[in-house]
Amino acid sequence: MELFFSQILDGLSIGSVLLLAATGLAIVFGLMGVINLAHGEFMMLGAYVTYVVQSAFKPMGGVIFELYFPVSLVLAFIVTGLIGVLLERTLIRQLYGRPLETLLATWGVSLILIQLIRSVSTAMMLGIIVGVVVGFIISKLLAAKFSEKPFFTYLNGLGWAIAIGIGLIAVNLFDQVRPLAKPWFGPRNIDVTAPKWLQGSWGMIGGIELPGLRIFIILLSALLLLATYWFLNKSVWGLRIRAVTQNRQMSNCLGIPTDRVDSITFGIGSGLAGVAGCAITLLGSVGPNLGAAYIVSCFMVIVLGGVGNLLGTVLASLLLGIIQSVIGSGTLLTIFPDMPLAAKGVIEFFATTSMSLVLVFIFIIVFLQFRPNGMFPQKGRSVDA
Amino acid sequence: MSVTLVSCGGESGSGGNFDGEVKVGILHSLSGTMAISETTLKEVEEMAIKEINDAGGVKVGGKSYKIVAVSEDGASDWPTFAEKAQKLIDSDKVAVVFGGWTSASRKAMLPVFESKNHMLFYPIQYEGQECSRNIFYTGAVPNQQAEPAVQWLMDKFSDKLGKKVYLVGSDYVYPRTANTIIKEQMKALGGETVGEDYIPLGNTEVAPIIAKIKKAFPDGGIIINTLNGDSNVALFKQFKASGIDPAKYPIMSFSIAEEEIRQIGPEYTTGTYAAWNFFMSLDTPASKKFTADFQAMYGADRVTGDPAESAYNMVYLWKNAVEKAGTFEDLDKVRKDMIGITFAAPQGEIKMFPNHHTSERVLIGEAEPTGQFKILYDSVKAIPPLPWNQFVPETKGFTCDWTQDRPDAGKFKM
Repeated sequence: MELFFSQILDGLSIGSVLLLAATGLAIVFGLMGVINLAHGEFMMLGAYVTYVVQSAFKPMGGVIFELYFPVSLVLAFIVTGLIGVLLERTLIRQLYGRPLETLLATWGVSLILIQLIRSVSTAMMLGIIVGVVVGFIISKLLAAKFSEKPFFTYLNGLGWAIAIGIGLIAVNLFDQVRPLAKPWFGPRNIDVTAPKWLQGSWGMIGGIELPGLRIFIILLSALLLLATYWFLNKSVWGLRIRAVTQNRQMSNCLGIPTDRVDSITFGIGSGLAGVAGCAITLLGSVGPNLGAAYIVSCFMVIVLGGVGNLLGTVLASLLLGIIQSVIGSGTLLTIFPDMPLAAKGVIEFFATTSMSLVLVFIFIIVFLQFRPNGMFPQKGRSVDA
Repeated sequence: MSVTLVSCGGESGSGGNFDGEVKVGILHSLSGTMAISETTLKEVEEMAIKEINDAGGVKVGGKSYKIVAVSEDGASDWPTFAEKAQKLIDSDKVAVVFGGWTSASRKAMLPVFESKNHMLFYPIQYEGQECSRNIFYTGAVPNQQAEPAVQWLMDKFSDKLGKKVYLVGSDYVYPRTANTIIKEQMKALGGETVGEDYIPLGNTEVAPIIAKIKKAFPDGGIIINTLNGDSNVALFKQFKASGIDPAKYPIMSFSIAEEEIRQIGPEYTTGTYAAWNFFMSLDTPASKKFTADFQAMYGADRVTGDPAESAYNMVYLWKNAVEKAGTFEDLDKVRKDMIGITFAAPQGEIKMFPNHHTSERVLIGEAEPTGQFKILYDSVKAIPPLPWNQFVPETKGFTCDWTQDRPDAGKFKM
């Protein structure tokens, strides 16, 4: 019995990490139909926000430092959410209804974000700001004079090209100043330390050790899930999001600002990714490539659960977590010690981390043969805009 | 003022006094996953080259040559390593190549160097079971790292925890081969390997492994860790959360040096053990000078460690050998004169053996909250290398000796 509960706890904790990572994508991919390959990089940004907050709290020390984590959870949501809104406004918006282009564009964004984190420095930031400001000024000036002309679009493009050039020159100039050229994070992994109250064990219940951060992540993912559920089903904006998901034209006719709905939906999805990134700093390492480890599992969970269904996402992630923990740790052998030799051999073969992942994928492939739309198929907007 | 002038003049003078140049190749991953680790090797090799040039260059046949490094990026992609090695040999005409980190990259480069009968220096501790005529290995093989470490663990903990170990590693060639050797050694010591698990590179979910360890060792036991990269961070963070603490569960790691501790965070690694041939905390004048020189060149916040030291040594070993051979073009002569070459390395004196591996000092340290290691065991004298493992039945009794004129000099029965 004790073994059973500790297995369930392990499964829950693996599943809750998957759930946490996938909730944001369930909204972006499930509700909006955007195949966002940069989702993992939004998690990475959330993790870096945590690092920045931690560094800011470090000098204060003592009790205040222990509180940095809740603060960074909130900030990670806000910062990555805003970056998500920015991305939606500038790029994703142009690509609704073109899933392949979205896929390529968001993949490009993910590469840019990774490289940005690797090499961003004060000099580079100043250069980007100079470039953007110059670009806006040029396009404003051009618009005032030539906005009627047929060649205006090309002229405007040329203006931005010049602005980018100026930006690059600015980056190079600022780079000459040594203190400005030092990268903020660099390509190396950085060290995020969990606060003391999360590091150790939270005691024992019925002989089962309760690892603090695991329990915390389970609670956090449950809380976020409830909040997301409440937001989508009870709030005004949630109602609007669901309306747009069901029928965009009709919602538009009824006066729902669909473009703002899009921005908010994407922003919330990205923000949730940020929170997930913040939470996984407790579990693993933080580096520019952090996102790559999670993106596949996120899509896996969503496809298995059924696109556009929160309940499906929850069940799928918990199911995968429990399969992985029960098989990967070879617990079946302990529960049924007298099983036939052949079965024992098979279970022992799969009882390693690598092989249990293989088994999970086999399970998903077989499952999708029978239920190609996942556990709970639902008709979404799926890029019909 | 005048001092500055003199020293400036001296430097530019010696810069102009070279009789020629010799090109050497540097081939490490400067981009991709391995860039984090391998960039340091490139830096330390360039530092060694700069030191040699400042001291008047390589003196061959009464003439002094300036070393010019041609650096290529292996991009953490093994076929790229082979391709770039070919380029360095064919179009840059380098005299020697210093390069590689992962065993996979070495295995990719090996056929290139063998078919062109060229010369590669490889700096990293690895699993052994290889002995190429065209490669010189300056990192440890298992009898210079893993085996003494397992022996030490047994001596220290087997009274309390029994002769049992649990093996955790990344899922690729080095951990799997190293663990095969450790399992054979445990058998020879009358002990037992109670479990073994591999995590795919980059995976960060270790909950099932923790469950298995707790089942195998309810009251503590010895864990040997050959994980590489990110998975280490996940392992140590989650170990701590689930109450696996180093006092009850001694952990010995073979891939965690000072640089890795900096990234994992010292608070998670404190109390765990590591076995290497060099620690930054090694208290000798040569070691201190090496670290001071490195920090002077690349910043006071940088750390040195075993891989960096090994990369530094190989440049000097090559220099000493070509000076002895009186040529850097006749590679057969250089190879012959390389055997027996010694170098006063930061770890102490090391020597190149006829099996193309170097002798190494064995050190075991305990990680401290400062991110440095407290040295608990020191072999003091350098241990000779045994590339073909003597615990594994398939290679027991085999040896390698390139000074012997026989077709199977790379692997023959003693």
